[in-house]
Parts: sequence; structure tokens; C-alpha cells
Amino acid sequence: MSALLEVRDLSVRFGRHRTLAVDRVSLTLDEGDRLGLVGESGSGKSVTALAVLGLLPETATVTGSVRWQGREILGLPDRELAKLRGQEFSMVFQEPMTALDPLMKAGRQVAEVLGLHRGMARGASRPLVLEMLAAVGLADPVRIADSYPHQLSGGQRQRVLMAMALVNRPDLVVCDEPTTALDVTVQARVLATLDERLDDAGAACLFISHDLAVVSQVCARVAVLRHGRLVEQGTTAQVLGAPQRPYTRGLVAVASLEHAEPGSRLPLVDDFARDGGAS
Amino acid sequence: MMRRASLVVGAVLVGLVLMVSLVGLVWTPYDPARVVPGDRLLSPSATHWLGTDAFGIDILSRIMAGARSVLLVGVFAVGIAALVGVPLGIVAGMNSGWLGRVVVRATDVLYAFPAVLLAILFAGALGSSTTTAMLAIGIATIPVFTRIARAGVLQVMSQDFITASRVSGIGWLRIAWRHVLPNIAPLIGVQASVSFALAILAEAALSYLGLATPPEVPTWGRMLYDAQRHLLNDPHLAIAPAVAIAGAVLGFNLLGDGLRDLLDPRLKEVAE
Amino acid sequence: MPRVVLGRLLTLVLSLAGASVLIFLVVQALPGDLAQVMLGERATPAQIEALRERLGLNRPWVVRYLDWVGDMVRGDLGTSALSGLRVTDLVAGPIRVTGWLVLWSTLGSILVALPLGMWSALRRRHWDGFAVNALSQFGMAVPAFLAGILLVLVVAVRWGWLPANGYVPLARDPGEWARHLVLPVVSLVLVQGALLVRYVRSAFVEVLTEDHITTARSVGWTKLAALWRHGMRQAGLSLVTVLGLQVASLFVGAIVVENVFVLPGLGSMVLRAVVQRDFIVVQSVVMLLVVAVLVVNTVVDLLQAVLDPRIRAKEQR
Repeated sequence: MSALLEVRDLSVRFGRHRTLAVDRVSLTLDEGDRLGLVGESGSGKSVTALAVLGLLPETATVTGSVRWQGREILGLPDRELAKLRGQEFSMVFQEPMTALDPLMKAGRQVAEVLGLHRGMARGASRPLVLEMLAAVGLADPVRIADSYPHQLSGGQRQRVLMAMALVNRPDLVVCDEPTTALDVTVQARVLATLDERLDDAGAACLFISHDLAVVSQVCARVAVLRHGRLVEQGTTAQVLGAPQRPYTRGLVAVASLEHAEPGSRLPLVDDFARDGGAS
Repeated sequence: MMRRASLVVGAVLVGLVLMVSLVGLVWTPYDPARVVPGDRLLSPSATHWLGTDAFGIDILSRIMAGARSVLLVGVFAVGIAALVGVPLGIVAGMNSGWLGRVVVRATDVLYAFPAVLLAILFAGALGSSTTTAMLAIGIATIPVFTRIARAGVLQVMSQDFITASRVSGIGWLRIAWRHVLPNIAPLIGVQASVSFALAILAEAALSYLGLATPPEVPTWGRMLYDAQRHLLNDPHLAIAPAVAIAGAVLGFNLLGDGLRDLLDPRLKEVAE
Repeated sequence: MPRVVLGRLLTLVLSLAGASVLIFLVVQALPGDLAQVMLGERATPAQIEALRERLGLNRPWVVRYLDWVGDMVRGDLGTSALSGLRVTDLVAGPIRVTGWLVLWSTLGSILVALPLGMWSALRRRHWDGFAVNALSQFGMAVPAFLAGILLVLVVAVRWGWLPANGYVPLARDPGEWARHLVLPVVSLVLVQGALLVRYVRSAFVEVLTEDHITTARSVGWTKLAALWRHGMRQAGLSLVTVLGLQVASLFVGAIVVENVFVLPGLGSMVLRAVVQRDFIVVQSVVMLLVVAVLVVNTVVDLLQAVLDPRIRAKEQR
């Protein structure tokens, strides 16, 4: 049986500068797997995720292979990919302030996803929408559904986005820094909800974050990206607990790991980020 | 690449217009106002590169003389607009009280008067002349500069170094002069280039309508008006002024666009 | 909502008042004796005095202004000093001509600019998108009257397909009415459309880079569908604004184009009045045009408040 998602040698270049944003990254996710993708900003985490979903702008040149349940989806026309997005895999974005349509009520934006993939009329989907909004931890789903995004708080918007991504019970949810833009207190609660819903649905998750602490809460495995390259991959315990044992997949990444050697757990994360930021 | 192209093409076209009009100030191949009945409606030739018009006047000479009035009207109109509009915009941006509000409202009202409409009004009251055309175009352009300046000021005023200056008790006039004006100058420059293009269009329309200059003064719009009657047999009469107007307008527009991209790297990133 | 409407209407009234003062001051308070101007250099002082008396120019200008405004509010635009006809009667026909011209050119330029601008935004990294953009630059550099002259030369004179000038009222012969309007409308559309293409393009480029369009695509909309469902309204908002700002220049374009095609519209009328020094006609017709522009702008403002929940929320506070 083939894996749920198999990314092989994925490379992404942008525009004329021809700089590599992602360099031969390979990842595998089986059903229900939770993989954290970690790295400092600019390391190519988000670009990798967007490339998998086919959401990169036209200026990007993507090469390699992305197989979904054994089927090659890289280079598939937008029309074909769109059928999969929101149905088999979906995405939760980083910026709740701008990721929702400002001119449409929140409930309708969730309902649209149902209507799109299940052909459900707006009236018929209403109970499902409210149920979903409640499921992502929104206390007053009726009021939220009838609100415009600007009337909601950041945490509420992020939950609405989660509802949109989860409402069709996809097999994979890509989360791009879903809690980074939120207050620390809200972060923990949103994260807990996400955790629960993923469990319920049995969905796999590609969780992108610069924050190893957050990743360790949600993910069983971690992959580390640096300058667009995968430098280490393994179980969360392995990578976080014993980073000095380089988990290489044929890539030259030992150097950046050796900097991390002397520290114990938490300082390791910091060292890594600082090193990456300076270079 | 394409951005650079618009800057270069714009600069070349504008340079050409400037050159032609400057040369036209001191020298034209023939007298652009002297009627030569024997030379009526000649086709382009070695002696008359662009031919002659219905009065036997050399078209190239008229184009060169016309460039002069284009430049004159443009410079004065944009000058008036910027000199009045920018200070108003700075006041409106720095003063959030009733004064600022009145300026904004007044500008909005002025927006309802395009140059041609104002020129009609002036011509109705004062008779038509180059002065009324210049005034009309200039006044009609004031609100554009006011708005641009105000928007720029609001952006500058929200920055920390302005807050610091205000806290330390520096007067608003000094802040306006030392900090605000230099910061919005690029914006104003871009707008001036674009407004210049619009002024050329307005001047052409006004002289075509007979609302700008007396008939004997050569302008491109007037040339088109004269050409209209002979269009069937002598279309070459219209070609030169048409190309001149379109080229000049295109030049200033492209220059404005190019400058904007050059000055606003943020825009460039968004567009990528 | 009622408060929003009320506020906008109040602004409209204030703007109208401001505009009328401006027009009045320019025409009547500028140096120079209107009666003298109307009668020319050779008029005797007695003749001038008589005309001043007849036009009421001897009264203080505040009284004259209030008189003018009061009459306008009651629907009286004054009386032409030259023909002795009421301006309201004089403009009845021309208003229709200009109205049709402006209406069809507006619809035409939207029809042309919307698809072209969207195309140029979507394909902005390809040669065809760039070509549309470059073409609009050229269109913007051509004055409407020049486009009109060229159209007359080619379509009317060379090919003889359509009449070169003149106007036939709709009620008399709809077919001829349409045939006479085609060229003037096309020349306005060419120019206004070119400008509009650029606005549509930048509105859509802005929308295309919005995060929520990516969200829409991530839940399964194709690029085009996402733009349609979640971008149109937003782009529409900025376009409505642009159309509002364009109305003034459209009227001006109409005035000039009427002259090219010898259409008996407001433009021809007001230009004739300028030449004849019939200042009351000039004053009232210009006011009429400005009223139209300001009213359209108010409608645009209200439309925005209806379409954009964020504005609504701000106003209610």
C-alpha cells in the first residue's frame, strides 16, 4: 500500500533570480501521521506546504514529485487539484486577520466549503456549519456564523479557518503556523482544539512552525528545514532529545547540527534559530 | 525589466518634447505663423518635411511652435496646482481639526470641476485665452495634489521620528518643512509627471474647442481642428499633431509610472 | 443605515452649495462688466445701463446669488439673455443627447474594461497580459476628440458605414438614432475604457495577492472561481469608486466629442453660449453638469456603504 502523501525531491525556485527556496525535500506521511516541519523564517517551510497543495504563485517553478495516495499530483491542472483541496487535504493559514474574506459572513464561508464539495444548499448546510463551529470551540456558533470577520477576535477567526479546513473531514490538514499570530494564552487553547479535532477525524497533519515547543505538543515526528534543505528528520523525542545524533537523509547537514551539540533541550532550539538567523 | 523600459521610454519621449520645444523657442525651419498662399496643402517633401497646411504654413514649424505652448501651459498649470495643492494637503494632513476638514471638503467640491468645465466657465466670463486655459487646468488639478500630499503626510506623521519631534516641542511649520515635505517630495514628483500628461490632454481639447488660444497661435489641438476639414484629401495634416500629442502624453505617463516604481520598492515587491 | 444616508445627503447639500458659490463667483464677480462684455465694445453707456437693469446686475451680488439659487431650487434655471427663452426649455433636448452619450459610453467602457483588465491582471506575467497593459497606455494617450476624428475619417468617410455627424431623436427613428450614436460612443469608450482597464487591472492585482483568495483556493475553489466568489465584490468596490471619479471626466469627454460629431447636446449648447456671451446659460448648464457629477458621487458613496460591511460598522459607531 502506498503512503498517504509522499513528497520526493521537491524543489522550488522563484522568478528570475533562480534562487532555490526549497531544495530536494522528501517527506512521507501515512494515514493519521503528524509531522512537524520546523525551521526559522525563510527556511522554506511554508513554500514546501504551498507547493504540496499547488498554491504557489505562477512565478514559482516546482520540480520533483508529490504523490497523493499513490497518484502524482504535481503539475496537475488547477481544476483537478481544486477537487482534492478542501476535500482530501486542506490548509489552515497563519494570518487569521487577512485569511478570511472580509466581505462575507463567517458562517457562509464555512457553508461554501460544504456546498462546493458536497453540493449542499446553503439552508441544508446550516446545522452542519453550526455544529462544526461549535466543534472547533466557538461558544456561540450562531452569533459567530452571522458575523463578519472584522467583528471577530483573532482566536475566533483562527477557529473559523480551522472549521473551514476540517468541515469536509479531509485526510490531511496542513497547518501553517496556525497559532503564531495569536496571544500566548489563546495559543494553547486553539492548539488543544486542533489536536482533538485531528484525533476525531483521524486526519494526518503537516504542522509547520518555528516553535519546537508547539510542535512537540502536536506532532509525533519532526523534520528540520534549513535554507530549503531537510537537515534532520525523526521522532519528536529523537530530534528534540538527542539532536547530536544526526538523522540525515543523504543531505549535507551535519555542520548546522554540531552547533547545537553542547546544549540541553530548550537552549538547543534557541541556538539553532540564532545560528540560522545570523547566516 | 518592463518597469525599467517604461522609465527609459518615458524619459526619452519627454526629453524629445523638451528638446523640440526648446529649439522651437529660438529657431523653426519656417515662420510658424506666416501664411503662404502658394504653398497650400503640400505633401511632405525635402523642403517641407511634414508638408504644409491649408494656409501654406510649414507643419514641422507649427509642431515645434506648438510644443512651446504645450510646455508653457503644462508648466504653469502643474506649477499652480502643486504650489497651491501641496500646502493645502499638508495643512489638511497635519491639522485634524475643523481647518483640515474644511480643506478636505473644499477639495472634494473642486473635484467635480474638470479642467474643461472650468475653462468653459472662465471663457464664459472672461473670454478665452491661453491664460484662462492655464488657470482652468491648474485650478482643476489642485485637488489631485492636495489629496496626494495629504495621504503622504498622514503616512509620514504616523512615524516615530515625527512623534519624537512633536513631543520635543518643535513647531508644526518647522516639522512640515524639515521632515514632511522632503518625505512626500517623491510622491509629488510622480504626480507632477502624470498631471503634466493630463494637462497636455486638456490643453489639446481646449485648443481644439477654441477655448484656449487665439486661432493664430499654433497649438497641436488647433492644428487637429484645422486638419479636420481637409481630412479626406490630406490626412497628413492630422498625423503630425496626433503623433505629437499622443507621444507627449505617453511620455509623461510612462515617466510617472517608471518613477513611481523606482521610488516605491515596496510596490515592486507586491507586484512580483 | 439611515444615519449613513443622512450624513451623505448633508455632504451633498454642502458640496452643492460650495459648487454654486464657486460658479457664481467665477462668472459674476470676476473683474469685468458682464453687460459690457455681452454688448461688445461699441455699445453706448445707455445701452449697457439698460441691459444691466434688465439682467438685474445692479443689485448686490449676494442678492443675485440667492435669487439664482432660489430659482434653481424651484426648478428655474433662468432665462437666456440672448434668445429670451427659458434655460429649462433650452436644455430639455440637449440633456437627452448628452445623457444617452454618457450612459452608453459608461456601459461600453465597463464592458470593454472589465474582461480586459481582469485578463491583464491574471496574465500579468505573460506577454498577452503585458500587451493589454501597454495598449491601455496608448489608449490613454489619445484624446477622445482625436479618436473621434479618426473614426469619422475611416468608418464614416472612407467606408461610408455610419453617418459622420448629426443626431436623430430616439422617438423619431430608433434605428437612425442608434446609427448616429455609434461613433461618438465608440470614441469615448476607446479613451475611457483604456483608463478603466488600468484601474480594473490594479484592483484585481491587489485582490489576487490577498490572503483570503489563497484560503478560498485551499478549500477547493479554482483560481478563477476563487477570484469570482471572493474577489469580485472587493474589486467591485474599488471599481465603483473609480467609476464615480470617472463621471466628471466622462461628461467632459462628452462635451468635446459632441463637438466632433456635431451632436446637439449640452456640450455644443454651452460652447455656443460661451461664444455668444450668454453667461446665464453657461452658468446654469455648468451647474447642471456639476450637480450630476456630485449626485453620482453621492450614490457611489452610498453604494459602498451598502456593499462593505466594514464601512457600515464604522459609520454606526
